[in-house]
This record gives sequence, C-alpha cells and structure tokens, in this order.
Amino acid sequence: MEFQGFERENGEVGVRNYVAVIPTVGCANEVVEEITGRVNGCKALLHHQGCCHIPSDLETVERVLIGWGRNPNVAAVLLVGLGCEGVSIDRVYDEISKSKKPVEKIVIQENGYRKTVEKGVETVKKLLELAKESKRENFDLSKLTIGVKCGASDTTSGIASNPAVGEAIDKIIENGGTVIFGEITEIIGAEHILAKRAVSSEVSEKILSSVKELERKVRSLGIDLRGCNPTPGNIRGGLSTIEEKSLGAIVKGGSKKIRGVLEYGEKPTSNGLYVMISPGREIEFLTGPVAGGAQMILFTTGIGAPQGYPIAPVIKICGNPRTCSRLHEHIDVDVSDIITEGVSVQKAAERILEKVVSVASGEKTKAELIGYDKTVDIYIRGMIL
Amino acid sequence: MKKVGRAIVLHERDNVATMLNDVDSGEEIEVISQHGTFKIKALNRIPFGHKVSLRVIRKGERVVKYGEVIGVAVKNIQKGEHVHVHNLKSMF
Repeated sequence: MEFQGFERENGEVGVRNYVAVIPTVGCANEVVEEITGRVNGCKALLHHQGCCHIPSDLETVERVLIGWGRNPNVAAVLLVGLGCEGVSIDRVYDEISKSKKPVEKIVIQENGYRKTVEKGVETVKKLLELAKESKRENFDLSKLTIGVKCGASDTTSGIASNPAVGEAIDKIIENGGTVIFGEITEIIGAEHILAKRAVSSEVSEKILSSVKELERKVRSLGIDLRGCNPTPGNIRGGLSTIEEKSLGAIVKGGSKKIRGVLEYGEKPTSNGLYVMISPGREIEFLTGPVAGGAQMILFTTGIGAPQGYPIAPVIKICGNPRTCSRLHEHIDVDVSDIITEGVSVQKAAERILEKVVSVASGEKTKAELIGYDKTVDIYIRGMIL
Repeated sequence: MKKVGRAIVLHERDNVATMLNDVDSGEEIEVISQHGTFKIKALNRIPFGHKVSLRVIRKGERVVKYGEVIGVAVKNIQKGEHVHVHNLKSMF
C-alpha cells in the first residue's frame, strides 16, 4: 500500500505542503491573521499561549511550537513574535531549522503592526515559491504518523466507528506506520488493560501513573472522575460500568503493543503505537499528535464533531446512520452499515484505510473543503500568571 | 414482516453481544460475530446499544466485551438475558 506525499529535506514525508505562519504568543495573532488573510496557500496556527505560564507549561508551549514547525506537512515556516513573550522565538527558530526546512522570523515590537504585516506578506510569498518546488512521490505507509481521537461520541461510537478505526490502525501499524492516541480522561477505568499491552514494565508503569496523576489533580479540585462514570446518560445508552465505557473509547487504539507514553506534543522515537498524555477536548488534543509529527488524524464521532486542523487533514468516521445522513457534509467515512446492515467491522476498516491513503495523497477531507479547520490551542496544565 | 433483532459480538472472547436495534422479550436475535452469524432468543426487552448474554454467566463470573473484563456478574445470567447495571457491577 502506497500514498503520494512530499518528501522533506530530513527524509520525513508530508501529506500536505503548507507554509505555516506561527505566532509564538497569542499577542501576535492579529498580525498572523492579517498576513495569512492576504496570501493564499499559507496556514495560520492561532493559539492563546506563550507567556505568563509556570515553567513546565512554557516548556510545553515551546515543544508544541517547534513540533508544529517541524511537522512534515509544513514546507516552510514564518514565526511571528511580539518581542517580550516568555517563549524564546530564537530557540523555536533554531529547533525548527534543524529539520533543514526554510524558517523566517519577525518581531512586532521591532517593527510595529503595519511594517510587520508588510514584511510578513513578502516573506510568506517567498516561502510559498520555495514550497512549490516540492512534488508528490510514492511512499509506503511506514512514513505515516496518525493521531486518533473520538469526539461528540454516542452509543454507535463504541459499537461501530471506534472498533473499525481500531482495526484500521492495526493494519497501519502492521504496514510500519506510527499511531498516537491519548485522552487520558477516557482511559480511566481501563488503564490496567492498556498497561498489560505495554512493551515493557516501564511503559506499563507510565500508563498507570499518567492516569493516577490526572485523577490526583482533579480530585484536589473536589471532583471524582472515576466515581461519576458511567453517567446516567451513558447508563441509559447501555453502558454498565466505567471499564466498559473506557474500553469503548480505547478500542479505537486497536490491539497492538504500546511502545511508549509521550509527553503532550512529543515526537515518537520509533514506529508503532503510542499513548500521548493529552486532554479530551478537541482543540487542545489535536495539537498534541500534530506537534508530535502526525500528518493526519482519524477522528470518530457519533453525534457529529465538525472540526479539522489547519495543517493536518482530519478524517471523520461515523457509525450513526442519522448523523451520516443529516451531517454528510462533515463525515468522510460512513460506517453506519455496521449497525443498519450488520456489515463486519473488518470490512468497514478497509474503507477507512482506503480513505487514509487517498487523503494522504491529496484528496481533501470534508473539514478541508468547508474550511472548518482554524480553531486550535495548546494544552496548559498550570495557572495563567 | 417479523421484526428481527440484531446484535454484534465485538471480540471472539466476549460472552455478551451489543444490540444494533431494539428487541422485545421472546423475539429472535441474529448475532453477528467474526465467525458468522447465529441466533438466540431474547428473554427481555433489550434496547439498542444494550448488552445481551450469549451464554449462561454465573454469579461471580466475569463479563467480557471487547475481549476484556468489563465487570462481574452479581446474579446468575441466562443466555439471551439483558446484561446491565442490575446484574453486572464494575470491579473497581
């Protein structure tokens, strides 16, 4: 199985060929919006972080900004800083440059709004010319890293879309690919099962401790995540225990061995399956695997989650027949025939795999066609100071 | 036309299947598994998304879905019976 992608200087392969314009702090968003609004073909990664964080969060933000820039879907980068932010624009610039792709930076406090915009537009036009030189070539699936997510889930997610995606990612891993899933909140109640699938006792321990750590933090705020699950709505839908609920979510992670636990935004060190410490909310979750190098996301939904991502195609898979017909403009792969016609999960997984290959080769996702792909953010765990 | 219930087995180790539609007590359920389909009779009304037992599960036995333990039976459960919070409890 092969797809057609863009090879980068460092040997990684993109499924898209974007010039990314990245604010190093939320205060630079206006300038980035103006620049990207004036030139076709570039992508803004607007977020709200980059300053007044506790040190561990500042480290996370820098990791994400570097990871965005290094993502193989990005051909070239323009960084826009304010000047006084906590994030070091120079460090971000240097780290992205190591991937050998063209990187430029401009700072608002050195130029003011108008001049920064003007310079930014010129720079982006120049970077777009460089990006145009890349052409699609054939590569096997070992060049793919895929993030997996479920959102706006319902009963059909645990029966149809999540098991089908689980089957599909098993195949991707068998073909040498890399897969990242996470959402630690969704793992609670099934962490012992995931831990059994770890390649080493060290990884197993890390899975258990990531859940413990999240539960401890949330408990300190007076909330018991384990005790409030399954919710009354889950029980009406047929879920009897927290184990069952969590299994229904993590089944989208397939059945392969777990190679490691990644920090949020961290890049996997080899191929295979990884768990990333990440939240369930879409706008922050999606940033995690993309900053970790994922070129695409497989995203299951029941009720209908519309969001894409600026620099990575997000494939929506749905098992709810009503959602698939009502929201067909948002759903890329309809697997509702698992429910309506008793089609096997394996057959549905084949369709998902075909879609992965065609989207990787350039076919636009529904979110890309609509342009439902602009809202992102970075997962911050401490206070804003 | 006689209504047919339909349920899916998500893993070969499972002792329950998940309903793909609603079924009434006494109606037949066509169970879809990786190794083909077979029929069982529903002993209760079982709604869409809820679980049906594929065999006798004794009190204290583990209930398995997705190939993993989702809890323990707190009552004897008959083949074709609705499996939910009244006869299945979390192991936490």
